[in-house]
Amino acid sequence: MLSIVELDFGTPRSTSAQQVALTIDGREVSVPAGTSVLRAASEAGISIPKLCATELLDAFGSCRLCLVEIEGRRGYPASCTTPVEAGMKVTTRSAVLQKIRHGVMELYLSDHAPGNDELPTEMRAMVDAVGVTEVRYGFDDANHVHPTSGQGAQQASKPSASRGGVGGDGVAVALDGHENHPLLNPPLEGEDFRAVSLEREDFRAVSPEGEGFGAAFHGGNGRNALYSPKDESNPYFTFDPAACIVCSRCVRACDEQQGTLALTVEGRGFASRIVASQDEGFMASECVSCGACVQACPTTALTEKTLLARGPAQSSVTTTCAYCGVGCSFRAEMRGEDVVRMVPNKDGHANHGHSCVKGRFAIGYVTHKDRILKPMIRAKISDPWREVSWEVAIGHAASEFKRIQAKYGQDSIGGITSSRCTNEETYLVQKLVRAAFGNNNVDTCARVCHSPTGYGLKSTLGESAGTQNFDSVMQADVILVIGANPTDGHPVFASQMKRRLRQGAKLIVADPRRIDVVRTPHVEAAHHLKLRPGTNVALLNSLAHVIVDEGLVDEDFVRARCEDAAFAKWRAFVGAASHSPEAMEEVTGVPAREVRAAARLYATGGNAAIYYGLGVTEHSQGSTAVMGIANLAMATGNLGREGVGVNPLRGQNNVQGSCDMGSFPHEFPGYRHVGDAAVRASFERAWGVPLQHEPGLRIPNMFEAALDGEFKGLYIEGEDIAQSDPNTQHVTASLTSMECVVVQDLFLNETAKFAHVFLPGSTFLEKDGTFTNAERRISRVRKVMPPRNSDGSRGYADWEITQLLSNAMGYPMHYAHPSEIMDEIARLTPTFHGVSFARIDELGSIQWPCNEATPEGTPTMHVHEFVRGKGRFMLTEYVPTAEKVNAKYPLILTTGRILTQYNVGAQTRRTENSRWHSEDCLEIHPQDAEDRGITEGDWVGIESRAGQTVLRATISERMQPGVVYTTFHFPFSGANVITTDNSDWATNCPEYKVTAVQITRVTQPSDWQQRYRAFSDRQQELLQEAVVK
Amino acid sequence: MTTQAHDGSAPLIKMANDIADYFHSEPDRAAAIDGMVDHLTRFWEPRMRRKIVAHYATRHGEGLSELALAAVARLAERERTSA
Repeated sequence: MLSIVELDFGTPRSTSAQQVALTIDGREVSVPAGTSVLRAASEAGISIPKLCATELLDAFGSCRLCLVEIEGRRGYPASCTTPVEAGMKVTTRSAVLQKIRHGVMELYLSDHAPGNDELPTEMRAMVDAVGVTEVRYGFDDANHVHPTSGQGAQQASKPSASRGGVGGDGVAVALDGHENHPLLNPPLEGEDFRAVSLEREDFRAVSPEGEGFGAAFHGGNGRNALYSPKDESNPYFTFDPAACIVCSRCVRACDEQQGTLALTVEGRGFASRIVASQDEGFMASECVSCGACVQACPTTALTEKTLLARGPAQSSVTTTCAYCGVGCSFRAEMRGEDVVRMVPNKDGHANHGHSCVKGRFAIGYVTHKDRILKPMIRAKISDPWREVSWEVAIGHAASEFKRIQAKYGQDSIGGITSSRCTNEETYLVQKLVRAAFGNNNVDTCARVCHSPTGYGLKSTLGESAGTQNFDSVMQADVILVIGANPTDGHPVFASQMKRRLRQGAKLIVADPRRIDVVRTPHVEAAHHLKLRPGTNVALLNSLAHVIVDEGLVDEDFVRARCEDAAFAKWRAFVGAASHSPEAMEEVTGVPAREVRAAARLYATGGNAAIYYGLGVTEHSQGSTAVMGIANLAMATGNLGREGVGVNPLRGQNNVQGSCDMGSFPHEFPGYRHVGDAAVRASFERAWGVPLQHEPGLRIPNMFEAALDGEFKGLYIEGEDIAQSDPNTQHVTASLTSMECVVVQDLFLNETAKFAHVFLPGSTFLEKDGTFTNAERRISRVRKVMPPRNSDGSRGYADWEITQLLSNAMGYPMHYAHPSEIMDEIARLTPTFHGVSFARIDELGSIQWPCNEATPEGTPTMHVHEFVRGKGRFMLTEYVPTAEKVNAKYPLILTTGRILTQYNVGAQTRRTENSRWHSEDCLEIHPQDAEDRGITEGDWVGIESRAGQTVLRATISERMQPGVVYTTFHFPFSGANVITTDNSDWATNCPEYKVTAVQITRVTQPSDWQQRYRAFSDRQQELLQEAVVK
Repeated sequence: MTTQAHDGSAPLIKMANDIADYFHSEPDRAAAIDGMVDHLTRFWEPRMRRKIVAHYATRHGEGLSELALAAVARLAERERTSA
């Protein structure tokens, strides 16, 4: 359904390099081979009417509107399914074509009751294009007839076939809703026919005598057994069968774009209609609410509720999603300062017009009542909050930080930034800490997710980033997914990956759970390596062993591209019998024959690509596993071209960017160590202050230093460490020990409950900047509404707040716009030399490195040589985690995300997404549940060495015996009360994925949950007291 | 690995032992020690290094694994000579 009309070329773009010349309506055109005649015409500015065709979907050839004449060919082929040929002469307009299209459109209209005609639809546009003003046929489609009784029903018993002819002035009078549309008005008694006018006004016209027509159409008993009422079950969109023309675009979108195959056409002929799953309604069906069907619908049948409520947009702004690391491009359609809807951008380089339920629909948090919009301060966390002006709040924070530094030393304060912030915001936070605080105590939430990626890929390949773009997956022959759940965590990329798998690529999944992609419509993993949590490195070593042992190494690649000595050492290491699948089977739980088969497939199946996520990094051996992955890719020559590579699926929208921007305590922007004198000197010159040459504190080090009394002040922008970091009680004890905690956020999050200063943040819709996704793709974030965090004078974007704080600290910053910050980043960072807002606007997005050597960016890295020169194989000894199961804690708890919620849930919990997932549950294998007398829905206590919590049980065969699983989206769940202090040896990334636990049936919340509830309730009261002042 | 230390260095001892566990697979022992010292230098904040060195000096590195102890000893020696 259109709101703002976009040009749609009708069929997908051909990527062929070969050009084909043809003539369309006498005009010479040249297009890539494989282009449809419809698209060739459209690209030449010749519009051919269409309904079933859209460039987002493969040609279907069903609607028969896009017929053309081709010289030398019989009949009237559909231009959408006809590929161009050299010398072809095409005519798109003729009297015959007009007559055919007119007749076809009349038939469509006879099957269509326009819904809310205030909304411009593609259907309406095509009616105008074809020039239909009257319809000769009836509309006896079951979907359109309403089950009422009475006079209308009696009148309706006349079959529409008796109607015909053209003329008359149509019906009159208006009622609301499609049920009273003139197209539904029957011929009156004694009338032979009644032509239906399609003047726009008549779409609002009404005929009282026609009310209820058709109710008795099928049987004359006042009821229509085939009538389908409007489906309002989905919180975000409606489905109105009466407005549906059964063009199948929604079905095809669900199949081709999303890959869920939740929709189908049920019935035949006039009885055909669209249903979700087994006609269960959208909410109860397998539909994942990605919105592809809504976008594809050319009528008002599938329409966003916000569009119906607010009316069509008046303008749109292209921006980038603030959820996961896919970084989808969206058009925010606006009506004044209200977002009418988010529409995935067809030209988006990461998402190509696709979206998920979060990015497309879950933006209600932006205007949620829980948002805090005024700065607040308090002396103690037991005090009520006091709303103050920006000036007072910033002044108080700065004076406290200065007081603390004077008392406890320069290194006694620090800052934490977030992957939810823009690049420019993150850059400013690290600059604030290094230049204004005068130390390197800055870290980012990537510490707790993908810091091992930075370490592992830098060590082996030379750059702390993934090697490919997302489109590369379409050239992959073998896809290895390890420790990632793309359909939930990165759904838009998952759809693209499933598309490739449906084309025949082979899939290997290494995961303790049976994640969805293991078996989904038309996709089944060749191998599911169901390893025990914590044994990734053992599995990777045994895969490598097979590659070495069975002579599957790409010797030419290794010889040309990698360090000889390191490879020789690695070959001897993994070649040892102790790393064989047979030896490791006892450790991993994966049958050796499965490992051998998977290794052979990965090494010999053609282009092989690895995609991994937090199931790799969040372990005590996270960095080792990342290096093991890079080793596999190097050994098999699967790097440096399309279709292969090492691809970290980043959890949040700007994980890559926050790392790029120098927010780790040991690195300046561009991953350059603070101890590098030349690099440090370049920043000292630019910033005008001396900088420390030693690394600062990481987040967990800050906690320890706080408990040791050495770290007393913390500025936190956009991160909720009290919920997201492991061992919650340890974190909150650290926060409690500090003298000034400044939280800059949208909501009173869990960390803010321990804060002394609250600085209200701004959402991604309220500011300009850039995000960098998992492909290293830098995309623009564009302001669509002013910041809502005004203290009565004005509101601020987050980068402005950091700037205010820096100025108050005595270190001047005077940026007028985030583009100036990016200009500074580009000047100081070699991999960003070619990046600017203007350049991003020009290219749409840029994958770094972008500099003089690669002015349009770098889709594939390490093409001719690795960034570090020769690739370096690293030894990857498997070291079992210290977190052992025993008689007291016999189960392993592992954690993950779900599609509809996002990380700590601060955003998605404040949207209708909670209709799908309103609480975190504990997934338990049936055997483990039975052993403990636990049944579905029971409350179960979960106890680890770190703490206890209580969750509701759900019994699931996705789990393997001995392993339980939960998500961590709700603070009351206390998932991180259980997780331990264990962390990656190299980066201190927490080991969220392995916690030894015991579970038992219980009847009440845990002690921690009861304390949490009391504390949280009190903090809410203190907040309310601030509001009334 | 558990530790008996009660001087606030327990988390650092655990971290050092975890790092040593990684470098343990390096067959060249000198390279393993160098690698671990380099890691401590590049990633540990100076106060953390001073604490682990102090623990080595006052409690003889109690709780540290053999390789970790060797690396911390090297670190202590380097810091002493550079002081």
